[in-house]
Amino acid sequence: MEELKQHIIDYDVPVISISGLYKSFGELDVLKGIDFTLFKGENVAVLGKSGTGKSVLIKIIVGLLKPDKGEVLVLGEHVDKLERKELDALRLRIGFSFQSSALYDSMNVYQNLAFPLTMNVKNLGKKEVDDAVQEVLEAVGLTDKMNQLPSDLSGGQRKRIGIARTLILKPEIMLYDEPTSGLDPITSSEIIELINEVQQKYNTSSIIITHDLTCAKNTGNRSAILLDGKFLNVGTFEEVFETDDKQVKAFFNYNFIQ
Amino acid sequence: MANIRTRKYIFSKGIDQYFVGVSKAYSFTSMFFKEVIKRPFHLREVINQSFEVGLKSLPLITLTGFIVGVVFTKQSRPSLEDFGATSWLPSLIGIAIVRALGPLVTALICAGKVGSSIGAELGSMKVTEQIDAMEVSAINPFKYLVVTRVLATTITIPILSLYCSFVGLYGSYVNVHSAEASSIFSFYQSAFSTISFLDIFTSVTKALFYGFTIGIVGAYKGFNATQGTRGVGKAANQAVVLSMFLIFLEELVIVQVSNWIRYF
Repeated sequence: MEELKQHIIDYDVPVISISGLYKSFGELDVLKGIDFTLFKGENVAVLGKSGTGKSVLIKIIVGLLKPDKGEVLVLGEHVDKLERKELDALRLRIGFSFQSSALYDSMNVYQNLAFPLTMNVKNLGKKEVDDAVQEVLEAVGLTDKMNQLPSDLSGGQRKRIGIARTLILKPEIMLYDEPTSGLDPITSSEIIELINEVQQKYNTSSIIITHDLTCAKNTGNRSAILLDGKFLNVGTFEEVFETDDKQVKAFFNYNFIQ
Repeated sequence: MANIRTRKYIFSKGIDQYFVGVSKAYSFTSMFFKEVIKRPFHLREVINQSFEVGLKSLPLITLTGFIVGVVFTKQSRPSLEDFGATSWLPSLIGIAIVRALGPLVTALICAGKVGSSIGAELGSMKVTEQIDAMEVSAINPFKYLVVTRVLATTITIPILSLYCSFVGLYGSYVNVHSAEASSIFSFYQSAFSTISFLDIFTSVTKALFYGFTIGIVGAYKGFNATQGTRGVGKAANQAVVLSMFLIFLEELVIVQVSNWIRYF
């Protein structure tokens, strides 16, 4: 698996480059000088305590939040300097899986999946939409849930449908916000497997925001620890925990409690 | 001067927040006028929402309009009887219902039923990140959720208001008919004999403003909901209270303007 994952990564092609990124909310400084690069085909797990700005980071990448200072280049575009139309065109190349799944609760699974497609691709026939929905449902293994409402799905199924909804637009970058939070260990491992399958099948580059070390270890080609608004360590999973920092040690020990 | 620079608020927290709120509401409304003329128009969603607004409110408007017609006629009859002027009843009721009661009753019912529903629906979408999900899928949520709903209320409420006026007049006829034999045709004829084009025009214009107000206030409150589920309830509640307040203000202004035109 590791060999296969390394095989598809192109370390000469950065898809996200962040330098000197600062973001604060009122008097609360959240990000204090982030420098980071995500390469083509790579999965990077971003770890950190709750409230350290992990989600803020990916929301800036997708243009939901504006940075106070710094440069954010996504697929060669300065996200914070784009006009609405240009930003929308860039967003079509980025998939964002929300922590809460954020499925449209007035629509069934089919409508949830078809919605981004029909709204963004003009003159699409019903058969083409049906085929695309079928394909992503097969990818997440939930073909039998097509007519169900989000309220009838379990937490894990909602996460899968949330991921399927982003895959329908065939993104080049995937941003996962806490993909395993609130899930039991078995469902979590299914989601981890799905994240890796997405990387292989769709050749995506991904940032996985998590505080679940099992998820970070099994999905990330590299891991990064966000502490006090800065990346403390970036490297392989083993490398980032080779530190004497008390908070990092505590984080590790809590997750892998023996 | 240095003191002003270091002060946290210009006036006080409450006053500053009020002006910030007014400025936000102004930007939100301006955004509507900018977006409404841009493609895509999401006509299917406008039609869906119009049906939602219309069908949801129709039973209540029918019942309330009918009762208003009956009660208003019942209350007016003794006074007119004192002057031997009961034959003026249809004209009086016609003017009262078409000019004021029809649009106002419709607006108040829709503010409660539709305004709160828009506030709660968009508020819930906001706090569960569904609006953000639309945004990151390159779909303009303002255009898809706000513009369509505001257009739906602006189009549907004038139609509902005219319908309410007709039902109200029918309620009045039922009351009149129970006291003295009269035909529905002659009742409507005498009711409409005193109603001018300006009355109908003012009535529809009022309803257009009310419809726009209900839609934009509900959408604004929902779109800016915070604090989780508590915020959703707050958005729904504020949508009703604020739109009712604005409806009465608009009523006052439009009556003044229409009277000015009438007697100019």
